[in-house]
Amino acid sequence: MMSHANESGNTQPAQPLVNIYVGVSAVVLLLMMIVGLVMRLAQGEMLDISPGFFYQLLTVHGAGMVGIAALGSAAIMWYFASRYLDLSRTLFVANLLLFLVGVVMILGSILGGGFAAGWTFLYPLPAKGMGLWGTGAAALFLGGLLLIGTGFLILHLDFARAITRQYGSLGQGLGWPQLFGRDSGEAPPPTVVASTMVTIVNILGITAGAAILVMSLVNLYVPSFTIDPLLAKNLIYFFGHVFINATIYMAIIAVYEILPLYAKRPWKPNKAFLAAWTASTIMVLIVYPHHLLMDFAMPTWMMVMGQVISYTSGLPVLVVTTFGALMLIYRSGMRWDVTSSLLVLSVFGWAAGVIPAIVDATIRVNMVMHNTLWVPGHFHFYLLIGVASMLFGFMHFLGKESVEQEDRWFARWAFWGFMFGSLGFVFMFLYSGANSVPRRFAEHLPQWVPYDQIASAFVAVVVTSVLVFALQFLARLFATRPVALATEVN
Amino acid sequence: MMQETVWLITTVSIATLAAVFVWVITRSRQRAEYKTIQQSGYRWRKRLFVALAAAGIPLMGVTLMKMPYAAATNADAQALHVDAMGYQWYWEISESEAQVGQTVVFRVESADVNHGFGIYDESMRLVAQTQAMPGYTNELVHVFDQPGTYQILCLEYCGVAHHQMKAEFQVLTNQEEGGA
Repeated sequence: MMSHANESGNTQPAQPLVNIYVGVSAVVLLLMMIVGLVMRLAQGEMLDISPGFFYQLLTVHGAGMVGIAALGSAAIMWYFASRYLDLSRTLFVANLLLFLVGVVMILGSILGGGFAAGWTFLYPLPAKGMGLWGTGAAALFLGGLLLIGTGFLILHLDFARAITRQYGSLGQGLGWPQLFGRDSGEAPPPTVVASTMVTIVNILGITAGAAILVMSLVNLYVPSFTIDPLLAKNLIYFFGHVFINATIYMAIIAVYEILPLYAKRPWKPNKAFLAAWTASTIMVLIVYPHHLLMDFAMPTWMMVMGQVISYTSGLPVLVVTTFGALMLIYRSGMRWDVTSSLLVLSVFGWAAGVIPAIVDATIRVNMVMHNTLWVPGHFHFYLLIGVASMLFGFMHFLGKESVEQEDRWFARWAFWGFMFGSLGFVFMFLYSGANSVPRRFAEHLPQWVPYDQIASAFVAVVVTSVLVFALQFLARLFATRPVALATEVN
Repeated sequence: MMQETVWLITTVSIATLAAVFVWVITRSRQRAEYKTIQQSGYRWRKRLFVALAAAGIPLMGVTLMKMPYAAATNADAQALHVDAMGYQWYWEISESEAQVGQTVVFRVESADVNHGFGIYDESMRLVAQTQAMPGYTNELVHVFDQPGTYQILCLEYCGVAHHQMKAEFQVLTNQEEGGA
């Protein structure tokens, strides 16, 4: 077992529960990818759907992907953190149930009620459907999001309780005594440090999200209750930015925990590691104005902060983690299989995806890149090649009987298909963005259509590969035992 | 052009990062003592931090020197003021043309939901944008350096006909304006 393991004495993480989380995540991810493919095919004029249905798909794809990235990442965090913390299984189940109810509400709102205001539900669009959706559909969507957020809030509060109980405070969970004092070598393990960071930022982010969701709900039924649109935008992007970034910080735990098993080297926290996570805790909370760089009415100091913190926010953890991963595998006699390949790919996806994101956070660049396909280009880079790879790597790991177990040929092919398909797909987004193609357009101009067609081919490869990953995991779901708990790295 | 520069910087940076990954991966099956690798790696990491700071801080300074936000207050007296109001799903624009080289101040607002005011040139290249938001006026200053018919596209999702929310804006040469 990893060093520091079992400090809580909790030796039996509930793998069946985690399997359900991961199984649900795999299926929903696959479905959302198919929705993505349908949208790209429609933009490429290879599929005929109405604009109204396109924007419904856009809404379901956005909400579904953000939600399922969070659910899958939470499963990774919970699975490994439960070795060090006494977490509540009841609340873990409650989160899943609230999530599923929320999903049903959101699907009902979109597919039944025609709701198509986008997952970002920018005030006051949910209340102004121009006859395409009604107040009830908008309320169902906002209520569904609120329920999902509530589930995650409960989960994170349980983490806060467990970390405080085990380590004394959230500051100690971040390793502050070791960071600011003498490095005693007894800092919490990387999983606990990351979990503490996510706990702090997501409690704040979800609370802000809940506030704007409730205000928007009131506005639906009491139109005289209005919200300052700029305040609403700030709350939405603060929540959205924190929540989606937290998925990376949860899922990266798979890299911290699994990659050492393959490299047979430990991943131990040192001062640089702890400093990076503390710095990122603060910066992920204050960087969100980079989503509002084209809202000229915002205070200028916030815009400057948005650019400056964007340049610095990802770097500490990113450089520490990327460097850590590369050092870990360099001349280690590394064992390569689909799991380790996906996890190393995920670190690359995260690190590489940050580059176009930072470029776009430059105010002068944002003037000609904001809301073009450059934006989904960079976030798909670190969410698809980053977070999804982490999740698929973890999923593949869970399904193996041992680390040494050989992969089947189709799993290896699926890895290569996923990697090249994803790279082609995100580069087509970036290239389209560099050619000023707007994002969120149901119909494209003729000169943009070839980009969509090429991108669709890449997405089809990704979907096929993920289908293999998902089917293999589901087939193995209840047939194997976990390997991680039986493996030691010292 | 800004977009070409951005594309070049991004692809070269990602390719460099990919090369580093490939270089490390190709050496991953060999074995060496981890402690020695860590000592060397931490030195390289420190150099990387210093290099990124050395490149990033001046870059931040340069790029922040010319921000679009206070440009309207500094616009010259001859600037053309254009009011643009966004509606679901059309634009109402007070002026339909300007001259090449003339400073134009677009006062952008919305009557209903959030919109995005994106100016595209004749090759459908985005040249400038700002958000259109109910209750706020965003002032976008732009000097057109090429004549032609520019398209105003909505760049913030605003409902089912979002992609059809377009308007035209003519930019004339001085001769064209004189002969009109």
